[in-house]
Amino acid sequence: MKRLVILGGGTAGTMVANKLRAAIGTHELHITVVDRDDAHHYQPGYLFMPFGIYNTSDIVRSRHRFIDDGVELVLTEIDRVDPASRTVHLADGRLLPYDVLVIATGVSPRPDATPGMQGKLWGQKVHEFYSLPGAQALTEAMRRFRGGRLVVHITEMPIKCPVAPMEFTFLADDWLRKHRIRERTEVTYVTPLDGAFTKPVASRELATALVDRQIALETDFAVEHIDNDTAELVSFDGRRIGFDLLVTVPLNMGADYIARSGLGDELNLVPCDQHTMRSLAYPDIHVLGDAGTLQTSKAGSVAHFAVDVFVHNFLDDFNGRPATHGFDGHANCFIESGNGKGMLLDFNYTTEPFTGDFPLPVVGPFKLLKETRLNHIGKLAFRWIYWNLLLPGRPIPMIPTTMSLAGKRVEKDVTAAGTGMPTAVAPSSPAPTPRATPRPKLASMPLTKPRPEPAVPPARSPATAAAGYTDRPGVDSAADQVLPTPIIPKF
Amino acid sequence: MPTTMIAGRPIDVNDEGFLSSYDQWDEKLGAELAKLIGIDMTEAHWAPIRFLRSDYPARGETATLRRASTVGGFAIKDLFELFPGKPAKKMAYIAGLPKPKGCV
Repeated sequence: MKRLVILGGGTAGTMVANKLRAAIGTHELHITVVDRDDAHHYQPGYLFMPFGIYNTSDIVRSRHRFIDDGVELVLTEIDRVDPASRTVHLADGRLLPYDVLVIATGVSPRPDATPGMQGKLWGQKVHEFYSLPGAQALTEAMRRFRGGRLVVHITEMPIKCPVAPMEFTFLADDWLRKHRIRERTEVTYVTPLDGAFTKPVASRELATALVDRQIALETDFAVEHIDNDTAELVSFDGRRIGFDLLVTVPLNMGADYIARSGLGDELNLVPCDQHTMRSLAYPDIHVLGDAGTLQTSKAGSVAHFAVDVFVHNFLDDFNGRPATHGFDGHANCFIESGNGKGMLLDFNYTTEPFTGDFPLPVVGPFKLLKETRLNHIGKLAFRWIYWNLLLPGRPIPMIPTTMSLAGKRVEKDVTAAGTGMPTAVAPSSPAPTPRATPRPKLASMPLTKPRPEPAVPPARSPATAAAGYTDRPGVDSAADQVLPTPIIPKF
Repeated sequence: MPTTMIAGRPIDVNDEGFLSSYDQWDEKLGAELAKLIGIDMTEAHWAPIRFLRSDYPARGETATLRRASTVGGFAIKDLFELFPGKPAKKMAYIAGLPKPKGCV
């Protein structure tokens, strides 16, 4: 009898347990899920709480209700993993030996990592919505808000659901208008990135959406501390942004037991292969959900697609066949944009989010990176899909595991520097004036045919990517064509 | 992938100007790259650059400011003073490494 231990009974852990339980009998594989409590949170729902759209009862269910009865559920804290003896040490002293370990304990917000974040303004003027208590406190703060300076802020990347702060901003803009206090409110979006989002086309479209809503954009902002006396965000390069209500996304880190086990990097994320999710250090450990270092969004859709790949490979291996499936980094995210509309992103490691139709060309029905009512309905429908299809491990209609280019308007050679990204606002205080740049003309985008995409990406890990490099300083290029002057990046 | 003359040698770079080969870098080239973006290298500048160079091969990605701070022991504030504006991107450029990945 083989023993599979899954650390974390959230989105990824629950799906893996249920899918493997359905595929392999209890006499052949013992499955244990460990979590600290019996409360499963629908994390995408936190976003909607401050606007009164969801309340706590929409978001919290008991974990054991969603985990197959043939799976052992252990509710306690994890002390550490000992990879050498393949044993999990639980906080109550129990030991769980494993043949295969799945780490799916995700990441959590760490407001204590930024000086001053949990100062006297915490819970008063400084809020977050990446935890249930945080979203509940912010709901109260929004109810009391009478206008002033609303600042939405990301501390540092990566964060889970990287579009959520943008969605919060759009929903807040809509909410402020409905409560007739928008003209009394200055809204600023503050990001450590050099644009509204990470990928060029999405960044351009989202920056345009900010300009349309007269929301100021402050980029390249690395927060050093929060000044509780003046109520200001202060960056390492000396910029200060004052607020009456700050909605921040604190640093996201993996669980502390990962550090105690020596398995993580500086953010307690477990380095893993980009295509198999296997730990780079220990072949019998896999990382699913947000806990690893996949270079794609930390999001439920990614967890879902990656779990599919892992389950295929696990079953192949279990049945003595070579494991051949590889994850392509596919992410599919609805973005709430307010006023009953939403946008949709669909991308993977090699293809950035583009505009177009999804999942089918022309007919859609969803529109990529465009605000439509149907995208919003898709987002709301996802809560039902989550509880009823996703967690039990049933197939999700219409959305394949591997990303498809069908329907996407592929733009070639888009770099961050050359997208015509609206530089909405001068990058420092005092109060900026929005609508500084015209909306980019979509008709002028180069339209090219989609390139064919290999179904299974080549197995490659970050460590092997660097393996071709040996330190032979001073080797010259062998190229024939040489430009006479260097290219200097824009900083 | 363009190739350009830097410090009198042909060097492979990407479209933005970042080196595309780990091998072609040495400290003389690093000093030249720094000069191109208006930085005169001192020992204080070299320490984090050497950390980035030594950290890269095993991980296959350029260290973030947080990694330079928690693993390398450099104060982020100091890095902002040494490489003003965008220290992570500037350090990667001088160290001949890929631009740190914008996260997803």
